Amino acid sequence: MKRLSFLFPLAMSVAFAGVAQAGTLDDVKARGSILCGVSGGLAGFSQPDDKGNWTGIDVDFCRAIAAAVFNDPTKVKFLPLTAKDRFTALQSREIDVLSRNTTWTSSRDTSLGLNFAGVVYYDAQGFMVRKAAKVSSALELSNTTVCVQSGTTTQLNLGDYFRSNNMKYEAVVFNTADEVIKAYESGRCDVFTTDVSQIYAERLKLSKPDDHMILPELISKEPLGPVVRHGDDQWFDIVKWVLFAMINAEEYDVSQKTIDQRLKSDRPDVKRLLGIEGNYGEQLGLTNDWVVRVIRHVGNYGEIFDRNVGANSRLKIERGLNKLWSKGGIQYAPPVR
Amino acid sequence: MTDVPVRRARARAGWIFRPRVRSAIIQILLVALIGLAGWYIFQTTRQNIAAQRLVTGFDFFWVESGFSISQTLIPFSENNTYARAFLVGLLNTLFVSALGVVLATVIGFLVGIGRLSQNWIISRLCGAYVEIIRNLPLLFQILFWYLAVLTALPVPRQSISIFDEIFVNNRGITVPKFVFGEGGGFVFGAAAIGILLAFVVSWLARRRTVATGKPLRVWPLNLALVVGLPLACFLYFGVSVSIDQPVLKGFNFVGGLRIIPEFLALLIALATYTAAFIAEIVRAGILAVPRGQTEAASALGLRRSKVLRLVVVPQALRVIVPPLTSQYLNLIKNSSLAVSIGYPDLVSVFAGTTLNNTGQAIEILGITMLVYLCISLVISFAMNIYNRRIALKER
Ligand SMILES: N[C@@H](CCC(=O)N[C@@H](CS)C(=O)NCC(=O)O)C(=O)O
Repeated sequence: MKRLSFLFPLAMSVAFAGVAQAGTLDDVKARGSILCGVSGGLAGFSQPDDKGNWTGIDVDFCRAIAAAVFNDPTKVKFLPLTAKDRFTALQSREIDVLSRNTTWTSSRDTSLGLNFAGVVYYDAQGFMVRKAAKVSSALELSNTTVCVQSGTTTQLNLGDYFRSNNMKYEAVVFNTADEVIKAYESGRCDVFTTDVSQIYAERLKLSKPDDHMILPELISKEPLGPVVRHGDDQWFDIVKWVLFAMINAEEYDVSQKTIDQRLKSDRPDVKRLLGIEGNYGEQLGLTNDWVVRVIRHVGNYGEIFDRNVGANSRLKIERGLNKLWSKGGIQYAPPVR
Repeated sequence: MTDVPVRRARARAGWIFRPRVRSAIIQILLVALIGLAGWYIFQTTRQNIAAQRLVTGFDFFWVESGFSISQTLIPFSENNTYARAFLVGLLNTLFVSALGVVLATVIGFLVGIGRLSQNWIISRLCGAYVEIIRNLPLLFQILFWYLAVLTALPVPRQSISIFDEIFVNNRGITVPKFVFGEGGGFVFGAAAIGILLAFVVSWLARRRTVATGKPLRVWPLNLALVVGLPLACFLYFGVSVSIDQPVLKGFNFVGGLRIIPEFLALLIALATYTAAFIAEIVRAGILAVPRGQTEAASALGLRRSKVLRLVVVPQALRVIVPPLTSQYLNLIKNSSLAVSIGYPDLVSVFAGTTLNNTGQAIEILGITMLVYLCISLVISFAMNIYNRRIALKER
């Protein structure tokens, strides 16, 4: 009854929370911190170190919101959530924003009562196997045992892929990422599957990462992004535009290094972004220097990517699709004006 | 003289202080308060759900599930609905619980009686079993059986094979499966009827023994019923039997019947853990039977095993059954720890995957709680009937 006893108060707080008052921003300001739902330990995305400091791209995104609201990136409380509990936690106001490698899908966006604020990372599902198994394609995986995490798009894509290719498989479903990778390592499963970025992260937890390989097939679209509740447009706008601002900042070459110099720029789009012209921050319910705060404390999109999952991290994942649109990728943000 | 009207007036004014009236008022107020609280919860829930535009209701039951389940007692695939997934999860919970209850009872009785044995080694071993198992957390034991024992077994290619028929590896235990051809249903029907008849025969025989005092030998007849009847049916219909032998094909064994390690780990842990508590209950029950009963039975010349079976255990059962019921209920509820090792029980399949894919937490948790409540009530009810049957009858 462990999980149930956790979910029960969550469900009940949907009942007891009192009628939803719109203002998440007011709640956040009154509380003095943002409650941010993250995954419990996924290198590059969100991971606490032994001192309890969180790092990762999902973590940095919440820090950016805190920077925009409080001018202080430390005013965030991180709540680790399993894939299974994350939406209930958001629905029941346990958290203000979910930043937890969560795939944007239509049902989550509608019937689950949620809004996706954009895409932090364009991902796709892949498969990891032992090199010793001598397979080179996912189409050779018939009659395998696959370890997968409960309540993910992963679990459903897996069903779609094997079903449509007429391959038999056995799915062993676990609650947490740690249980999944442990079962795979123990040999209970032949295949480990999740979003490719997360396979890279989880592979680091294996005792011999080099004995395992990722198959070339990518079987799904996994746009991962931050999520808020239905029914609070202002908060939705803030979360959405913090992400857009970070992407635009990279495009306009506004970074932690260049910010002081770019504040003197006379390009109108840079001036609007940095709040030197116009009152775009105030329109969001923030201050006009909101983007300056975000960049100074956290950095632009490219910086948080490189620092956590890209070239300057242990994962060393290529930017790929996550390059800016102007550089051959598909990261693109609407203009500030 | 003036006293009487004064007292009457006081009594009239003080009706509110009369105990019956007072308690009625308090009870009405309490019910009203609980009703009001319930109504408030219902209303706010509705408003919150509307504000977040959450989907509600039970239509999700008829949507295609899209996932697969590793152990299913009835056929299940991605094309089946959430309703069927619910059923699969429920059956898996009932299956592991039922086997767990039976095993725990058997082990518990053996250990409980063993602990009272005059043999020093047996009684110490049983004592050690109880003290060790009872004092380690159940979750730890489940993980131990799963990670340290069952998934630590060799990979399929290096399976431990028993007579080249049974294969033990980290994917579980694979055994050959008998496949009955046409008419197989009759054989199973005959077996069921045979078993039923054997029970009737035993019951009639016991009644006769009680009436006449003469013991009857019924086991040859029962054997004929249980084995002979299906066998005759089998030969009469000329049912073909083939054996579906497991063979290693690529990654895994194909064919045969496989028991998954998640199930085994959960079953072993639940049964041995609960058995430790049952053993103590059994020991207490036996010790509660007055010594005089044992001594009297021995004086009649009964062997020790008969003393136990005919005199001690029937009396001990009266003490044992009520606490035994709560152990059964604990076992069933503890079976939901399945989620930690990926056994697809009700909580994992329904309150887990289904809840996450549909997001309908209130409905799904409500149903799940209701199901556990129903199972528990049915068990309590059955055990209460049994308890009444074995209770001391005043004559
Ligand atoms: N993107 C997918 C999968 C997300 C997911 O939960 N991935 C796992 C894969 S390893 C994870 O992050 N687990 C971390 C944890 O449970 O702490 C989804 O949104 O459903």
